[in-house]
Amino acid sequence: MTSTATDTRSSGAAGLRSWLERYPFLPALVILIALLALNGLFSPNSLSFRSLTGLLSTYMALVMLAIAQTYVVSAGDIDLSAGATLSLVNVAIVVLMERWGGGAGAVLLALALGVLIGLACGLINGIVVAALRLQAIVATFATSIFFTGLALYVMPVAGTPAPALFWRTYGGRLFGLPFVFYVLAALAVLLYLLSRTRIVTELLAVGDDQQAAYQTGVPVVAVRIKGYLLCGLFSALSAFCLTGDTASGDPLVGGKMTLYSVAAVVLGGSALAGGWTTVVGSLLGALTIGLVNSLVFFMGTPSEWQNFVQGLAILLVLMAGVLAGRRARA
Amino acid sequence: MSAITSFFKQPLIVALILIVALLYLGQSLSPGFASADQILRLLIVASLLGIVAAGQNVVILGGREGIDLSVGGVVSLSAIIAGNVMNGADGGILPAVLACLTAGAFFGLLNGLGVTLLRIPPLVMTLGMLGVLQGLLVVIRQGIPSGRAAPGLSAFVTQPFAFGIPGIIWLWIAIGLFMALMLNRTVFGHRIYAIGSNEHAAYMAGVPVRLMRIGLFMISGMFAAIAGLCLLGYSGSSFANVGEQYMLSSIIAVVFGGTSLAGGKGGYTGTMAGALLLVILQGILTTVNIDESGRQMVFGATLLLLMLFYGRGRAMRA
Repeated sequence: MTSTATDTRSSGAAGLRSWLERYPFLPALVILIALLALNGLFSPNSLSFRSLTGLLSTYMALVMLAIAQTYVVSAGDIDLSAGATLSLVNVAIVVLMERWGGGAGAVLLALALGVLIGLACGLINGIVVAALRLQAIVATFATSIFFTGLALYVMPVAGTPAPALFWRTYGGRLFGLPFVFYVLAALAVLLYLLSRTRIVTELLAVGDDQQAAYQTGVPVVAVRIKGYLLCGLFSALSAFCLTGDTASGDPLVGGKMTLYSVAAVVLGGSALAGGWTTVVGSLLGALTIGLVNSLVFFMGTPSEWQNFVQGLAILLVLMAGVLAGRRARA
Repeated sequence: MSAITSFFKQPLIVALILIVALLYLGQSLSPGFASADQILRLLIVASLLGIVAAGQNVVILGGREGIDLSVGGVVSLSAIIAGNVMNGADGGILPAVLACLTAGAFFGLLNGLGVTLLRIPPLVMTLGMLGVLQGLLVVIRQGIPSGRAAPGLSAFVTQPFAFGIPGIIWLWIAIGLFMALMLNRTVFGHRIYAIGSNEHAAYMAGVPVRLMRIGLFMISGMFAAIAGLCLLGYSGSSFANVGEQYMLSSIIAVVFGGTSLAGGKGGYTGTMAGALLLVILQGILTTVNIDESGRQMVFGATLLLLMLFYGRGRAMRA
């Protein structure tokens, strides 16, 4: 009001804010680019097309799981069983593909069943959390124990290999381009289609203010169950990517990934309390975690310090994600 | 009639009834399950979980989505610190206790500072801290041997101390009394409920909300450190990630004790019963002869079933 300097500065800040509002994943993108640059600085080779493709196919599973988590977080819920769902789908499809002979038909049929298993896990979580109204953190922890038990029943010990057809396709090339790029493209289309539907808006409405959403006629229970169904679906897709990458079944493989998926969501700038989320941010957040891990490796950190430096770096980028996300919402 | 139903709806009563029922079930599945010796052993295991849950409890009571996912990491860290400081000698117990408490308080302080000054949600902050702690464990483990428990500490945890009951159970009872007094009779305790149920009102009434919250995370870290020390005494030597199991089971014990994850409601007496309930359930599952997959499925399903007995959220009303 008094000086033009303050005016331009405040309009600059407001401009930034509106940018952040429209593209809430910007901070995550900045962190990601910075990490890429650092990776290139320490090991120019790490920016080659080949190593970036490798990074993408390794962390595609986490990307999918982070996106799965984003949909429940949108509604203010959380799914601590996402990793266990991933494990269950992983062992189920590997066992089915093997039993049915490992041909193209067997693979496709197993994948279709894998999707159904993921959806079933999501449905159970949705019923338990939304319809029976148990607290999401403890209830999905309980279902994660149950799903892990199922996975152990399907495959008691890790190590059954996936058919060559499956992992060769995932790790290979199609029309000259790495297959994982087609996965990414298909994911982009799927996310775009989902963003055009009502479900995302409804999830965000429930996450923002459950009571208000209910009073304006949003079927809160059904919407939250749909959120868990989407989570189950993407957890299954995540299992496909993981199976393509590791080429084997492991009943405990996803356990450690659950908390990383939550971290990726936060890194991407979404609010854990719900009502404000970004799937693109979660995608970038998952890749950020992957890049942090590879950077710590390329920096020549002594092996015993790698976990510590990774942990510290992830804590720091988590803080950055929270602070930037809040600025965007404020 | 309604007095009777409301009596039976109290979480503590629910937990106690379930404990008796489970003991009965265990005894009928495998005779000797509810013998005095076995019950003492279950109580020792429950006290380890209960001590971690004490810290988890105050953090959750303090509200604003309070939760401490780093307790498991602190338990493991404390066990390895204690093992190295005492290294099998009774004279090292006191320094070990001090070192563990300092470490627990330090990581609690970091959690508290992140949650209050930077306003990072507790789940995120303590999740990140868990990653840091796990990395730190790897570093420590590479450099030094895992260390051994002093005989005095092992005796305190596993051998009868007074009236045939091991010292750790007395310690747990003492912590239970301390928590009950602190939560119900002190200004500090009342302030925990105050910030847990309405942070803004508490702030307006002059409660130092940030300081309180930092304190709660430090208490949580210190209780986890004590548990880590006792865990070392229980197992003799520490091994990788001994504390990991406590991360979510401490939260479940608190929930089974009737404390709301939303904060401001609940107490520690229920949590003690919740910890005991959880340990008895696990005890039954290890005695029955089914393979690991079946055990996990039954455990998960039973946890869900038990949760139905406790405070479910409210149905939406227009």
